[in-house]
Amino acid sequence: MNNNWPLYEVFIRSKNGLSHKHVGSLHASDADMALENARDVYTRRSEGVSIWVVKAADIRASDPGDASFLFEPAADKIYRHPTFYDVPDEVKHM
Amino acid sequence: MDQHRRKFILQWADNAMILGQRLSEWCGHGPILEQDIAITNIALDLIGEARYLYQLLAKEEGGSVTEDDYPFLRKEQSFYNLLLVEQPNEDWAFTIVRQCIFDHFHFHFLMEMKNSADPALAAIAEKTLKEARYHLKYSSEWLIRLGDGTDESHQKMQNALQTMVKFVGEAYEPVEADLAMLEAGIGPDLSNIKEKALSDLKQVVTQSTLVWPNQHFDRTGGKNGSHSEHLGYILATMQYMQRSYPGVEW
Repeated sequence: MNNNWPLYEVFIRSKNGLSHKHVGSLHASDADMALENARDVYTRRSEGVSIWVVKAADIRASDPGDASFLFEPAADKIYRHPTFYDVPDEVKHM
Repeated sequence: MDQHRRKFILQWADNAMILGQRLSEWCGHGPILEQDIAITNIALDLIGEARYLYQLLAKEEGGSVTEDDYPFLRKEQSFYNLLLVEQPNEDWAFTIVRQCIFDHFHFHFLMEMKNSADPALAAIAEKTLKEARYHLKYSSEWLIRLGDGTDESHQKMQNALQTMVKFVGEAYEPVEADLAMLEAGIGPDLSNIKEKALSDLKQVVTQSTLVWPNQHFDRTGGKNGSHSEHLGYILATMQYMQRSYPGVEW
């Protein structure tokens, strides 16, 4: 048994028109096996219509330690949210 | 009910039931978590297929017969599954080789059965064909992956194939029920399936860099209730609850 299979991240689109969402990860020896494993592990209860698998090592992630200077500056800039417009009554479904 | 038709359905159902039971032995013991789930998914697909067939038989036989009577209350000699499906899991190599051999038969059998003159059986074949197609892809890819893998995996797969090859032929040897059902337009022509299934199987074996063993003697008998010693052990496990506590439910 080989414990050194690479880790893959799994993304599933639950139905057409929606985007793929991260659902978890798994081990597989290559991308084809990762797809099959993802089908067997993550779509047993009709969770999806499409699967993406990506090698976890190929994902560049932001450092949680950088969160203070990456994301917090946006917190006091409420003017960036589109909440200051008067929406005409005629416009529905906004 | 037509006894040939009943037996023909039991042959089909028992293959799915016994292989499903065998594969479920992997539950909690798979080589890695992902394959543990994959192989037990296949076990559940097969048990589901067997249930459709047992339910159909129970409905047709009527009276107090239920679907559970077939798997849990019949004796060894009244099971008509292939010798192939009762063979032990041994290791992942044996399990995959056995599965790949079965899946080739199973897929082509269902392809024919979906055109059966018997609408109930055709509907079950149609419904289970998608699952069987996936099983075939799954076991074929594993056969190639391990056959064409490392020296060790190749050797293990070749050994498993050497042991299992004598159980390949039985599926395609017609017994009385098969011939009667072919006559009635209900069952498939097994010689026709044999040609397609074995040519596909040998192609996958070649792609796996494995060598199809030429010298062997086909073992048969399962389809008429003469089984290897393994089936008794399977039934001992599978039927334990109903035998110890008849009629128990939860």
